[in-house]
Amino acid sequence: MDPDDYLMLSGIQHFAFCRRQWALIHIEQVWKENVLTFGGRQMHRNADDPFFTESRGDVLISRSVPLVSHALKIYGVADVVEYHRSDSGIVIPGREGHWTVVPVEYKAGKRKPDDRDEVQLCAQAICLEEMYRTRIEYGYLYYGKTRRRTEVALDDELRRRVAELVAGMYVLYDAGTTPPAVLLPHCKNCSLVELCMPAVSSRRRSVDRYLATCIGRDDA
Amino acid sequence: MRKLLNVLYVTNPDSYLAKDGENIVVSVEHKEVGRIPIHNLEGVICFGFMGASPGVMELCASHHVGLAFVSPYGKFLGRVSGRVSGNVLLRKRQYLLSDDEEAAARIAMNCVLGKMLNCRSVLLRFGRDYPEKVSPEFSERLQWLTEGVRQLRESPSDTLNELRGREGILSKCYFDCFDDLILSQDPAFAFESRSRRPPLNRVNALLSFVYTLIAVDCASALESVGLDPQVGFLHRARPGRMSLALDLMEEFRPYLGDRFVLSLINNRVVAADDFLVKENGAVILTDTGRKAVLAAWQRRKTEEVMHGYLDERVPVGLLPYAQSMLLARHLRGDIDGYPPFVMR
Ligand code: SF4
Repeated sequence: MDPDDYLMLSGIQHFAFCRRQWALIHIEQVWKENVLTFGGRQMHRNADDPFFTESRGDVLISRSVPLVSHALKIYGVADVVEYHRSDSGIVIPGREGHWTVVPVEYKAGKRKPDDRDEVQLCAQAICLEEMYRTRIEYGYLYYGKTRRRTEVALDDELRRRVAELVAGMYVLYDAGTTPPAVLLPHCKNCSLVELCMPAVSSRRRSVDRYLATCIGRDDA
Repeated sequence: MRKLLNVLYVTNPDSYLAKDGENIVVSVEHKEVGRIPIHNLEGVICFGFMGASPGVMELCASHHVGLAFVSPYGKFLGRVSGRVSGNVLLRKRQYLLSDDEEAAARIAMNCVLGKMLNCRSVLLRFGRDYPEKVSPEFSERLQWLTEGVRQLRESPSDTLNELRGREGILSKCYFDCFDDLILSQDPAFAFESRSRRPPLNRVNALLSFVYTLIAVDCASALESVGLDPQVGFLHRARPGRMSLALDLMEEFRPYLGDRFVLSLINNRVVAADDFLVKENGAVILTDTGRKAVLAAWQRRKTEEVMHGYLDERVPVGLLPYAQSMLLARHLRGDIDGYPPFVMR
């Protein structure tokens, strides 16, 4: 498969949240700016310079790192990748010693009730592992609202979940279908709720009956 | 529902639009007369020929703000739209159904039903509000229209041509009542019959003008949900014609267009001298007339109505978006038909 046809890594968070939301964005290409995504973009802007590497003693910080995994067939960009000086790990040209690779994902909001941020971080780690031929045991999620970073262990269970999600994305993508809406509580936090119309789409109210009522009305 | 933002109507034909940062700057004879941040806009409609800089076109396209050019007489000239958005699979489905006579007829049928139901509602409401003005002919036509709608539904046409024919007959029956709906005794506002190119009296000039505004809104709304405004079901594709926008518009003509025009006349928002009568009989709105109409139109768009199918209140200005979304939902198979907007 041509790497140009790989799916976007960032889609995994949408897919983990709602398969239909993912399909609307990545198959149907609808996108709606809402306050949340706009806030997120603003925050990223400072971290958007790919030629910027910061050094804080034993930590190197690299921003907007392009990523790809040929195993998973996904591509994307990591906000921030940190390299921590350690006894083992990768070698960085022009730097002494060894470094471990630590992905850090910045989120504007706060922790989610589901695992969408964790799977996104893990997918990034899988890409980095493939690119650096190393093993990454943990990464961080940084939440803008609480200004706190949480360590995420990249265990086998999380990796299996990522593989499952990506496989599911490809099934829908290849068929070109958007799953039907299921009206759930999380819909009220969904940025696509107006476009998705979960109430209308899942109710599947008969148009025929609707028209019949329209005709019957006011008949005097 | 999507946020209802403003449409910028540039009515002075000598205006030129330029970009300054994230703003649209309107100037007349090199003097700045206004400036609006692009974020506050839903669309821009220019009546005139001075036009807009490529910078403004880029600004509008990248913010998904529709930019349309309309002649000072309200004739649609063209529009700038950004990168084609949306799902190519959805559009392919649209083309497929448009070529399938039976499927096209089913969708077209609901557009026509929506229109005729709304025509009927316009007459019914008038009859309720002014029972003393209802003539025997009026009641007879109303009954005939009601019967026609019922038949349309009970024995739908399976060919588009037949459907178009029936639609034409019912529309004529409705427009035959139109003079009764005009309360003004002033002969300047006699309707007589529908004339389009050019409109031959003031009522027709108003109708044509308002229909253009609705058509532009419909085209933008369709595009924003990923549909191709040029490929229709009731209206066949013809180069340069916004066929799907015209399909979508059918149900809005009586509800948004005709009732609005009637309110302009009946509430004296426009007067006889807001129009110019040309030597050849063509009637056009003057600049002051156009401004009065547009101001009223902006107000109308912010009013809310109950949408019978969606079961929620929708600002009038967003009805084209709501209907475009419902059409897209039907084309991709989420709902079992196209539910037109029907006024209560
Ligand atoms: S509104 Fe609900 S069903 Fe629709 S995309 Fe969002 S979360 Fe999914």
